[in-house]
Amino acid sequence: MPLMNPFDILETLHMIEAEKLDIRTITMGISLRDCADHDGATARRRIFGKITRCADRLVAVADEIEQEFGIPIINKRIAITPIALVAEASTDASYVAFAETLEHAAATVGVNFIGGFSALVHKGYTEGDRKLIQSIPEALATTERVCSSVNVATTRAGINMDAVREMGEIITRTAQLTAARDGIGCAKLVVFANATEDNPFMAGAFHGIGEPECVINVGVSGPGAVKNALEKVRGEDFGVVAETIKRTAFKVTRMGQLVAQEASRRLGVPFGIVDLSLAPTPAIGDSVAQILEEMGLERCGAAGSTAALALLNDAVKKGGAMASSYVGGLSGAFIPVSEDAGMIQAAEEGVLSIEKLEAMTSVCSVGLDMIAIPGDTPPETISAIIADEAAIGVVNQKTTAVRLIPVPGKGVGERVEFGGLLGHTPIMPVSKLNSAPFIARGGRIPAPIQGLKN
Amino acid sequence: MKAVITVLGKDRVGIIAGVSAALAEHHVNILDISQTILQDYFTMIMLVDIDSERLAIPELAQQLDVVGERLGVQVRVQHEEIFTAMHRI
Repeated sequence: MPLMNPFDILETLHMIEAEKLDIRTITMGISLRDCADHDGATARRRIFGKITRCADRLVAVADEIEQEFGIPIINKRIAITPIALVAEASTDASYVAFAETLEHAAATVGVNFIGGFSALVHKGYTEGDRKLIQSIPEALATTERVCSSVNVATTRAGINMDAVREMGEIITRTAQLTAARDGIGCAKLVVFANATEDNPFMAGAFHGIGEPECVINVGVSGPGAVKNALEKVRGEDFGVVAETIKRTAFKVTRMGQLVAQEASRRLGVPFGIVDLSLAPTPAIGDSVAQILEEMGLERCGAAGSTAALALLNDAVKKGGAMASSYVGGLSGAFIPVSEDAGMIQAAEEGVLSIEKLEAMTSVCSVGLDMIAIPGDTPPETISAIIADEAAIGVVNQKTTAVRLIPVPGKGVGERVEFGGLLGHTPIMPVSKLNSAPFIARGGRIPAPIQGLKN
Repeated sequence: MKAVITVLGKDRVGIIAGVSAALAEHHVNILDISQTILQDYFTMIMLVDIDSERLAIPELAQQLDVVGERLGVQVRVQHEEIFTAMHRI
């Protein structure tokens, strides 16, 4: 058996050692549909039992794979059925206790985040949805690991503007309840349009209702590897740039595919998808913004940023799609401000605006993510920003999201430190114009004509 | 199962001998070796066959870490599949 090309082997090692290539997350999706019960305490007992049973060996297996293959696996996480659907059968008035159960279960199995304290309200609310959303601020203030999301729009259903209005208020309240930690509760809350059922990344992960009992989804991460590859083709035309990114994305995704299949095999759980997303961290050399800089822009936020991101996002998908048997989740480039060293720098220099970020969300995944805004931003303005993002997602038939953090007591330019993977960022300005009468209207913005696909 | 062992570090006498001896001790069969020295830097890649009944990769990695420390080189042991997965369509 001939040895593989030594150059390839050294390239793989370099990608892992020096370019921060890693598996960003192994996320186990678990259905809690069969845990519903008229009695809340019984439901919670079932939830705790099911999560701890299914995810019992998740961390251990991930560690095994990490050691055997030499690939760092940064996070082990869990995604569950949107809790609004599970808790709804119970007579409880608040679902905070369900969040506490999720927290306890996550801590027991050793995962660092559990996503799915969620509701899907794109067409309207059920009682369960209403209670879930009302419980969000307290749930996020009293737990560490629980992540929450609310889907307020789809291309087929249009935009639920009542939900949009309420979520502006919920985000504000969540920030207030975690004011002592700069509103960190909001870092665990995502408002979606066209949310996907199998996203392995937090804070928007949940186990969709079309999913099976249990599933393994993997998110890879390789912004450093992409940037490094592009350094070798400086000055070359866009055809070469796209091809270089594609090839790198192939290799990165293949690693995710391998890990996902191994984890699936060892845990006896079906393999769901590999999410191709290019997800940055605040660490040096792990930045999506710096890929845009490498492509020839002075800073992320310069004219050309949207075009550059469009190319990057598309090339990542083309390369990654070939590498994996099942691709899903968000699968696009992430632009979270506080989690990307290049974005943080651009924000600190005042050259990256929320309006430019909004434009960029039309060509990549996630949306307005991990952006700190002044604590006195009116809830209606937050709602209006959500409405804008939802419109981009709905009209363009893609996922968009908003994860904004109004930092109580702080203003534009002040620095906020969230810590760890959540990073740090200066507070960015938002429009001071009044959108309140617009948001006060309520009702639903009808689905666009593109939703009529049949 | 097949694994890839990579050895990287400053060149000195005894590296190949040291690593091979440790592998022999653990009944690991060396299938192929590629080795080069670039400006004082020693790089060796070995494809080996490990009897998984006797030895797991993490254990072998630990043993070779000790050898590597003694020789002043970095030794890595990884399942072959990570490389085949990344570099083959």
